[in-house]
Amino acid sequence: MSSETKQILTTDGIPLEVSLKKAEKKNKIKAFLLVAPLLLFLVITYIFPIGDMFMRSVDDRMVTNMLPKTFKAMEKWENLDELPPEEVYQGFYEDYKLLAENQQHGKLGQRLNKEKNGFNTITKKLFRQIKRKKIDESASLKEQINKLHKRWRDVEYWQAIKRTAPPYTASKYLKGMDMYFAADGSIAQVDEDRRIHRILWLRTLEIAFFVTLFCFFMGYPIAHLLATLPMKYSNLLMICVLLPFWTSLLVRTASWMILLQQQGIVNDFFVMIGLVADDNRPEMMYNKVGTYVAMTQILLPFMVLPLYSVMKTISPSLMRAGKSLGGTPFVAFWKVYFPLTIPGIGAGCLLVFILAIGYYITPALVGGASGTLISNQIAFHMKTTLDWSFASAMGLMLLTGVLVIYWIYNKLVGVDNIKLG
Amino acid sequence: MSKNPEFVKFDKVDKSYDGKVLVVKDLQLDIAEGEFITMLGPSGSGKTTCLMMLAGFETPTHGEILLDGNIISNIPPHKRGIGMVFQNYALFPHMTVYENLAFPLRVRKVEKDEIDKKVDKALSMVSLSGFETRMPAQLSGGQQQRVAVARALVFDPAVVLMDEPLGALDKNLRESMQYEIKHIHESIGVTVVYVTHDQSEALTMSNRIAVFNDGKVQQLSNPAELYEKPVNSFVAEFIGENNTFNGEVMDIDKNKCKVKLANSEILANPISVKSKGEKTTVSLRPERALINPTEKMDNMFTGKIEEVIYHGDHTRVRLNLLGSSEFILKVPNSTSNLELKVTQDINIGWNSIDARALDPK
Repeated sequence: MSSETKQILTTDGIPLEVSLKKAEKKNKIKAFLLVAPLLLFLVITYIFPIGDMFMRSVDDRMVTNMLPKTFKAMEKWENLDELPPEEVYQGFYEDYKLLAENQQHGKLGQRLNKEKNGFNTITKKLFRQIKRKKIDESASLKEQINKLHKRWRDVEYWQAIKRTAPPYTASKYLKGMDMYFAADGSIAQVDEDRRIHRILWLRTLEIAFFVTLFCFFMGYPIAHLLATLPMKYSNLLMICVLLPFWTSLLVRTASWMILLQQQGIVNDFFVMIGLVADDNRPEMMYNKVGTYVAMTQILLPFMVLPLYSVMKTISPSLMRAGKSLGGTPFVAFWKVYFPLTIPGIGAGCLLVFILAIGYYITPALVGGASGTLISNQIAFHMKTTLDWSFASAMGLMLLTGVLVIYWIYNKLVGVDNIKLG
Repeated sequence: MSKNPEFVKFDKVDKSYDGKVLVVKDLQLDIAEGEFITMLGPSGSGKTTCLMMLAGFETPTHGEILLDGNIISNIPPHKRGIGMVFQNYALFPHMTVYENLAFPLRVRKVEKDEIDKKVDKALSMVSLSGFETRMPAQLSGGQQQRVAVARALVFDPAVVLMDEPLGALDKNLRESMQYEIKHIHESIGVTVVYVTHDQSEALTMSNRIAVFNDGKVQQLSNPAELYEKPVNSFVAEFIGENNTFNGEVMDIDKNKCKVKLANSEILANPISVKSKGEKTTVSLRPERALINPTEKMDNMFTGKIEEVIYHGDHTRVRLNLLGSSEFILKVPNSTSNLELKVTQDINIGWNSIDARALDPK
């Protein structure tokens, strides 16, 4: 055991560890240089945008920067149930005047109006007074501003201004869950008839779950067939499975539209064989059905491929062994074959579920009103309302959700048991 | 208890996979109860197909297989009660050793205590007691092999099939496993059908060996007879080493025949030749030809040493003899070592009874 305590030296007298490090240093540098381009690419295209998204989603510095003196003065505002002291009015007046000179006052009005309805009117009123130079800067500004409108005398409006003081806010995240900061700073729910996001989150989870389930039930037999058929047939089948990969996603979705619409091929066929009446063709598109059908087809290869790669490694003699030892074909399958495919099932389900949860183009085209997902809502805010910070917040919530699912999955199955190929 | 000499019976079994080529042709084979029978043959000779038909994973194209008098062609594998050891062991990688062994008992609804007892017994039989909680991946090749054997025996099957079970082991381990399997067979008296392409394995372990070639059993006999008295040139060639001479029968009587080679004549034991003028291949085991024989032998020739190869326990000498430069001699490594040098001429002799005139190659 002396070798453990005594330092081992090379023939030149250099400690072995040092010598080893030296010898491996070159290789390590080489290895790092090889992955460096990818690392850089990942940082630029992945880490950096996510960081930027996060900043956007919590960024609320606009008002903070617009009203520096106000917020400075508000630090001395102690009794929040009463109107703020004169210094606050003074600060606010000075800030607002500066904004008015720079034509920035409109933005402030809009932003404050989001915080509390009615701000737009009273800030405009203040603006007009400043423009006409009707405010006497030597007299009490508190009295003059309070006189302009009764809302200025309402403490809630001043509280609203104070709420916008922190440069960062979680309000976008709350909005994503149909909640908001109430006037007193507590978290409140929006009215029941306006809770659209929660429905979308639940629907996204539901559709992703069922698409994963359908993919599993359809993909498992296909993968099994692929793994057990002789080479010449399995190659052909593999091409059939991969064919969707070679076709544009948009084309595939469009072809589902042709198939599923009310005057489409599937409905025509149902009418032809007398399954449904011609004047009673079922809606198979612009609802959940369309989303399910198209997404299952599109995501199927992501289930089949990991399953196939796992099944390929399972020796057929295991099933034979199971049978020769007295297990019925079902027992041999259930006790021997199925447990061995769990790594593939795990990988396939995780892959399909995560892809499905963020799917965008297919639900947008065939989903209609009842088949759209949270990603469509994110796109809506990106393109239409231009509320990028809200879109970023929802994007991050989606990402967090995926990470949570991954974590749960890791707890249940273990990531070491995943085999992606 | 009288042993049934036809415990397993292949009755005129044909097998074809594609409807064009027969991989097993008109197989007629009886296996006695408690026997250790080996199917030996080169790859593609149909031996594994026979085993698979017996196990129930392949169905005979024609003919019947009987187990203890009952036709089993229509019984699915899991109802045949035949244990099987696979080439790559086929241990269930997600189960412990205990669970692997308990599997055949659990599907038979054996009670827990009984399972424990039987698993214990089977593991001690292969000297692996205490390995119950290991996973197969944590075992060495030889240990996996033993677990596979124990699993095939744990439910007391009437017949155990072994499909080249030692193929993946290294030489030393293979030899010790051969003895171990042989001893297990002797101690429990189960019928074993063993498939291998390794002739020494077959010779070591079996009661009887069926040599397969081209879908047919070429010879079915005990190891000694198979080696000493091959009935045709394929068996002679396949089992052990062999010196051959191709020629034509010149003269024949009851137990001797004269065979004309390219430029000489030898005396041989007529096995499959019947009349003059027939083509024949004469087969002679290397150890049956002696250098400078002291006693009188009816074949005496002089050959030139071409190569001497030292093998430790014996020396192999390649000679140019009777126009063939592939004649091999085995000289045992004894104290009275001969001086063997390349290009030296030496006298070789053998008895005609050891030179078997078989069918022409």
